[in-house]
Amino acid sequence: MNRDILLTNATTSPESGIRTEEMLLNVGPQHPSTHGVLRLVVKIDGETIKEATPVMGYLHRGTEKLAENLTYTQIIPYTDRMDYVSAMTNNYVLCHAVETMMGVEVPERAQFLRLIAMELNRVASHLVWWGTYLLDIGAMGPFLYAFRDRESILDLFNELCGARMTFNYMRIGGVKWDAPPGWIDKVKEFVQYMKKELNNYHKLVTGNEIFINRLRGIGKFDQKTALDYSLSGVMLRSTGVKWDLRKDEPYCIYDRFEFDVPTATEGDCLARYHLRMAEIEQSLRILEQALDQFPSEGEVMGKVPRVIRPPAGEAYVRIESPRGEIGCYIASTGKDKPWRLKFRRPSFHNLQILPKLLEGENIANMVAVLGSIDIVLGEVDC
Amino acid sequence: MELDLTSIAPELQEELNRNVMFTTLETIKGWVRSNSLWPLTFGLACCAIEMMGTGGSRYDLDRFGVIFRASPRQSDVMIVAGTVTKKMAPLLRRLYDQMPEPKWVIAMGSCATAGGPYVRSYSVVKGVDQIVPVDVYIPGCPPNPAALIYGINKLQEKIRYEAKTGKRVTSQ
Amino acid sequence: MSDEKRKPTPEEKAKAAAEARAKAEALRKAKEQQAEGTEQTAAAPSDAQAAGGETPEAQPAASKPVSEMTPEEKAKAKAAAAAAAAAKAKAAREAAEAGGAGETTGDDADAKAKAAAAAKAKAAAAAAAAAKAKAAREAAEAGGAGETTGGDADAKAKAAAAAKAKAAAAAAAAAKAKAAREAAEAGGAGETTGGDADAKAKAAAAAKAKAAAAAAAAAKAKAAREAAEAGGAGETTGGDADAKAKAAAAAKAKAAAAAAAAAKAKAGGAAGADETAEAPKPPSKNQPYLDKYVARISETFGADVLEAAYINELSKDVPTLVVKNERWHEVARFLKEDESLAFDYLSDLHGVDYEDRMEVYYHFYSYKNRQSLAVKVKTNREQPSVPSVMDIWRGADWSERETFDLLGIYFPGHTELRRILLPDEWVGYPLRKDYVQYDEEV
Repeated sequence: MNRDILLTNATTSPESGIRTEEMLLNVGPQHPSTHGVLRLVVKIDGETIKEATPVMGYLHRGTEKLAENLTYTQIIPYTDRMDYVSAMTNNYVLCHAVETMMGVEVPERAQFLRLIAMELNRVASHLVWWGTYLLDIGAMGPFLYAFRDRESILDLFNELCGARMTFNYMRIGGVKWDAPPGWIDKVKEFVQYMKKELNNYHKLVTGNEIFINRLRGIGKFDQKTALDYSLSGVMLRSTGVKWDLRKDEPYCIYDRFEFDVPTATEGDCLARYHLRMAEIEQSLRILEQALDQFPSEGEVMGKVPRVIRPPAGEAYVRIESPRGEIGCYIASTGKDKPWRLKFRRPSFHNLQILPKLLEGENIANMVAVLGSIDIVLGEVDC
Repeated sequence: MELDLTSIAPELQEELNRNVMFTTLETIKGWVRSNSLWPLTFGLACCAIEMMGTGGSRYDLDRFGVIFRASPRQSDVMIVAGTVTKKMAPLLRRLYDQMPEPKWVIAMGSCATAGGPYVRSYSVVKGVDQIVPVDVYIPGCPPNPAALIYGINKLQEKIRYEAKTGKRVTSQ
Repeated sequence: MSDEKRKPTPEEKAKAAAEARAKAEALRKAKEQQAEGTEQTAAAPSDAQAAGGETPEAQPAASKPVSEMTPEEKAKAKAAAAAAAAAKAKAAREAAEAGGAGETTGDDADAKAKAAAAAKAKAAAAAAAAAKAKAAREAAEAGGAGETTGGDADAKAKAAAAAKAKAAAAAAAAAKAKAAREAAEAGGAGETTGGDADAKAKAAAAAKAKAAAAAAAAAKAKAAREAAEAGGAGETTGGDADAKAKAAAAAKAKAAAAAAAAAKAKAGGAAGADETAEAPKPPSKNQPYLDKYVARISETFGADVLEAAYINELSKDVPTLVVKNERWHEVARFLKEDESLAFDYLSDLHGVDYEDRMEVYYHFYSYKNRQSLAVKVKTNREQPSVPSVMDIWRGADWSERETFDLLGIYFPGHTELRRILLPDEWVGYPLRKDYVQYDEEV
């Protein structure tokens, strides 16, 4: 897009006597890397990045301010549009926060539906990540495969709640729609299909020499840095911290299912790639168990009053979204609209480490590092 | 009678342009342009994911001749997919200006059409037509990929119609 | 929705009838008890004998913490007169119906009558200590119901005292739960808005279920919590009553007490008195952690650096500290570096704009001890400023910039405090409550 060339720090290279200058490159908000409208102001010297500053806010829509004039149920569609790739977890974090404050009990079937929706969404989100990451790196094929399989998941969601992407499915106290007859079997079929398909993906990409060389060893950081920068999700697990809110602070009914929390120790982009693929497998595993244990009948909405009024006070809850730890803080004065609603978005916090990771990095690796953080700009800007 | 060619009114000029020989050429040009619309990748928010999905394998856009280009200098149409914020607005205008003629704009989604669910927000531009002239509006939040394809088809029709008749769909 | 408006009408008629019955009975019983003092009333056979022997004890016990007022004495007398189990059941039923009906009239007298009926019913069922406790509480309720203006301190003091008396007595859980339920119903009756029938019925059903399950200690905890939440509840609008009634419907013993407390608060015409009761707080499972934090911080910095320390029950019982603004940086460093606290992970940092002040809320997590901690730092609205913790936790960097951007809270110590989400030339801080858009026409 724009290239503002600033002649600063002109130096004369001693070996060859050629005058070199630092260049200010604006990797502008519109760029083919499909993460969204993120602007990186990059100072490069030749091919090496000296300093990279992310500039965001190009998608700041003021959700938190809007939420102060909406009832809790009306805020749920807005949560969908924050992290639009994994909208179910956003729905859930808001519902969970309000339910925690009010002490509402969610019926069994609704819990199962929520869990199945969230895990399906996790698979879909990781597929989007996989497809677009490989597209950024240069491979065109995986994008098509990923989106083809994602379409199957979106079809399932379409049947369940009528929407492909911004579901508006969960409500305070349960979910809005019950699973249509036959839906559970379709999900079972899909899970079996996806397990086999995952092997194909690995065959296609994971062993590829070029791919491994492109990703290994870049974007590396250690555990202490990760904790210091408040990273969460795969970013944290790639440094060896075995932390998954689904296991360590279980919410919904995650404590009933067995699944592993894959971790790696290298902390580089390749480790994060492998972790996310392993997470897809674990999600499929949870889905299998949940579908087997799915209650054949039950209500999908708990006993909540018609007007949702959490008691006065504040609450902060956090859950594990595909990107990391998403948190929702509600300050309530007992009315039906929140006084303050704040979302702790994982992409926002995970992005903080980007300047540090890009210092000294090759400019060709910039997109690979950015992709491995897996950000969604709707979430960064809220 | 002296024919003063320099002082012909613009409407008269248009009339003169539309004689038989040129009409067929214009029609052909319109047909060609409509069948190879190259959009600028301008996905801003959630609609961008649906746009990507439309370009995916199920709702293939390539069969319409639509290839996404990254640079505005090489694109015909700008599909504004997503919410336009006040911070992004000047850049959007700049990108539109960088596109060579003939160019069109599709406003995809309700945020680009009129502000969408964020119409009361302090930092959202209420409709991208405040910044660039829009040819086709596609409602939806987000619109189904099929809706996006319908919108692109509508744009193609509009291009052919305007080329054939020389009239503009909206008075300009 | 219109169906639901039409439906209660026949029910309301029935309820009104029942209510009239209850009123008449209650007044009659009241008159009888007044006449007889501590004697058993004929209206209450069976358990009356058992409870009767305790009523002299009930009297002094009840009269101790509660100020001597005439309606109080009447209420005490009423309570002291034990009703039979049958009478209790009847009264409970009537209270439920009357409670349901009371919404349309919002009549305090009705509430009182119902409370009296409920109180009698409760008294009938309880054991000795339970009767004592109930008597104390019913005195509170009746006294609370008797007030028409905001004599809240009294009501709450009575409630607190009643709760104390209850807690002190080894009361049966069933009695307390029933009392809670009927208090909820009675209190719920005081509301004038519609749709409470459901909430109250729910509360009643839930409370009954809880009564069956609760143990004595749990009952005590309930009582204590009632007192706490009565105070806490009193400050906001009547919408709280709904919320509390609903909280009761959720299967938590606490919630039942909360509903009862809210009912009491409502009955007393709740307005803004803050928590005054010093009832013993129920031991939350995070209380020892909170104590440990408070102890460690106090011994290092002195006790005055913490403005408040409490357990935030609404938020999964997270220990919450309110730290003084001036000392926050040192305390923050201590929180991270001390081995026993080791809060190395900053989960969230944001500001909240209340009308009179601004607060910055921090949420920490310690991977070593697997514990969460919430900290709030207050600042004023004119020149809000909170010491930056960016040098302690790097993750605070952008969050502080975002808080500055949207709320205008200045963080001295931050190396690069500039706007992050809004364009650099934006005027104003949007998330403030008094924000005015400067470019309305766009």
